[in-house]
Amino acid sequence: MSPPAGPVVYLGILNGNFMKILTTPHMDRCIGCHSCSLACARLLHQRLSWETAGIRIKSSGGLTTDFTAVHCLVCDPPPCAAVCPTGAFAPRKGGGVIVRKKLCNRCGSCATACPVNAVFLDQEGEPFVCVHCGRCVPFCPHDCLELVDSDSVSSATKNVPSEPLP
Amino acid sequence: MNRDHFRVLVFNLTTGEGKITQLDGRDRVAGGSGLAAILFNHYGQMEVPWDAVDQPLIFTIGPLTGYFPLMSKTVCAFKSPYHNQYTESHGGGRSAMALRFANLDALVVIGRSPVSCFLEVGSTHHRVRGCGFLRGKDVLESGKILRRISKGSGHRSILRIGPAGENGAAIAGINVDTYRHFGRMGGGAAMGVKNLKAIVLQGDANFPLPQKTGYTKLFAEVHRQVTSSGMMKKYHDLGTPANLRSLNELHALPWRNLQTTTDQAVDRISGERFAEDTLLRNSACSGCPVGCIHVGFVREKFMADHRYLYRQVGYDYEPIFALGTMLGVTDSFAVLTLLDLLEKSGLDAMSAGVALAWATEATEKGILSTEETMVPLIFGDAASYQQAARLFGTGANAFYRLLGQGTLKAAEMYGGKEFACVLGQEMAGYATGEVFFTAQALGFRHSHLDSGGYAYDQQHAAQNVSAAVNFLLQDEASRALLTSMVACLFARGVYTETILAECLQSLGYDNLATNIPQLGRDIQKLRWQTRIASGFRPESVTIPKRFHQVTTWKGPVDPNYLHLLQTGYAQAIVALADKQD
Repeated sequence: MSPPAGPVVYLGILNGNFMKILTTPHMDRCIGCHSCSLACARLLHQRLSWETAGIRIKSSGGLTTDFTAVHCLVCDPPPCAAVCPTGAFAPRKGGGVIVRKKLCNRCGSCATACPVNAVFLDQEGEPFVCVHCGRCVPFCPHDCLELVDSDSVSSATKNVPSEPLP
Repeated sequence: MNRDHFRVLVFNLTTGEGKITQLDGRDRVAGGSGLAAILFNHYGQMEVPWDAVDQPLIFTIGPLTGYFPLMSKTVCAFKSPYHNQYTESHGGGRSAMALRFANLDALVVIGRSPVSCFLEVGSTHHRVRGCGFLRGKDVLESGKILRRISKGSGHRSILRIGPAGENGAAIAGINVDTYRHFGRMGGGAAMGVKNLKAIVLQGDANFPLPQKTGYTKLFAEVHRQVTSSGMMKKYHDLGTPANLRSLNELHALPWRNLQTTTDQAVDRISGERFAEDTLLRNSACSGCPVGCIHVGFVREKFMADHRYLYRQVGYDYEPIFALGTMLGVTDSFAVLTLLDLLEKSGLDAMSAGVALAWATEATEKGILSTEETMVPLIFGDAASYQQAARLFGTGANAFYRLLGQGTLKAAEMYGGKEFACVLGQEMAGYATGEVFFTAQALGFRHSHLDSGGYAYDQQHAAQNVSAAVNFLLQDEASRALLTSMVACLFARGVYTETILAECLQSLGYDNLATNIPQLGRDIQKLRWQTRIASGFRPESVTIPKRFHQVTTWKGPVDPNYLHLLQTGYAQAIVALADKQD
């Protein structure tokens, strides 16, 4: 499929948050309301969806039975960009990717390459991935999400307790 | 996504085939409650019993579902096994959002499968699958197996029934995503009679949002109001169990089969006590940032050497009233244990608790004995009630099977109708006075949420029949509008008529927006016409004597005022349904 005509949209650039990283340090507070996914789909992609979003909430099952957020964990360099044949996915400074939607040929390679299933393909094969813009953050009622500087990502992604330990 | 018609999947379990149909009427009924009534008029058979093969089981959402916060409920409509008339039951969880993303305004299930089965529905597929291996399995175990064999983790909704629904109990509910329910009026049996164990809704579509209509800005404003108003605290903090202490102080909390309305023991099972001792976490329906679902825990030492297991049990005000104060059980963990047992069986916990309370008083009065109840029923005896819950849930003998058809059915056989706490169905936990008793006894779905009768009682000490009846009619119309959108009624303070009109306009539903509030009155009328056509006779409703003996903060209930309210409301309902356009 050839790339659709039209202007190139640089997701992750227009918001001016080059050096910010979306983290999910307090998913133990998540109540599964999907407000984050819906906000991403609504504000970034102009869609009503809980899937065509850069962050998606799943019940994790297993022994802990809580919720987990599926989103880009800022690989650096990102394997999804490495396999992209058109340049639609390109490495972003600080990790993760810049997305140029109009360059995408919908081959799905990015989704296959992502080690944590963070790239969602809709029924037409269009990829959706977190570009770390942070627009979902204010819609989380329990502050599960944080937008932090990329150089602090290693500490920010740790499961920090909600209250300081004694 | 804005469409001027309804997109409906009609699935016939007899043939195993489903068909997508388009239905007109969007501008007339919006969706939700209104759409359900249209569909029942189209597919239902008014004169035929509830368990006839072709009676429909209907699930509907509304024009605002998913598009705005707390537009997160689904309406389930069917001919009720409880009274053999048309009814609705409302539930949340992920069901509404999953139906939206299955690209449906409604799902209608007709026919009967030759074997136990479950239905899978998504935006591009629908199929029925056999599941004899789930027959007799409880609600939680069924959910676990269905999660394993059906796709869509996190973005699906699993509706299922337990043994009570399979066995045809008229107070069996439909469990939604473990912690929510289409609980009342016997939806579980309506599903069970079709050999339909479960419905898995797989929400796998997405839709473009309107541009340049102010939608995104309006969403942000509604979200701000929802999260900054007191509603967030009211429903998230202690949640509905906050009512226990306040209703007890008002002398409006039913205790021990409504023999009294206040008791100092409330402190042992108050909302505060549940939150401090048992609350494990909160959860939310999809699309709702409030997170009103309170999940408590029960820890049980099942073996020596500190061998423990634990259970997670969702609690609310109503089951605490029904299994706590109504049974005189004043230990929060004992209430949760009882609730867990009934949840697994698929009985509606509210109805089951009120039915057991009647059986306990009947035992006190010598009407029943262990010959019927199999275990001695004594107010406050949690251990016996646990055994009874197991017996009740499985329909262990003829008595429990009859009780599962409703308290009055058992009272007709054994006696004790005068102290059956039944107002159309087993009472909700509001002994606030004459207006509420009338409102539930005659209300459309016999729910405390049909109208704010309980609030009216608390705000009006003076007796005024016409004012009270007018309030019930008007409040019901406004709620019928909300349940056609389909909003959670917790959000009724935010979704004023003005806000609703703005929301509808932002999505392009201009005709609906300009027809508020008449739209609500039209839907209200259509619902009553449908209910009456299916056999409801408002004038024939009786309110048991127990409700004449209640003393609230206003003093003893006035039987004459109650009678006048009942007569006035019944006449008003008939007049409303008969009113010419």
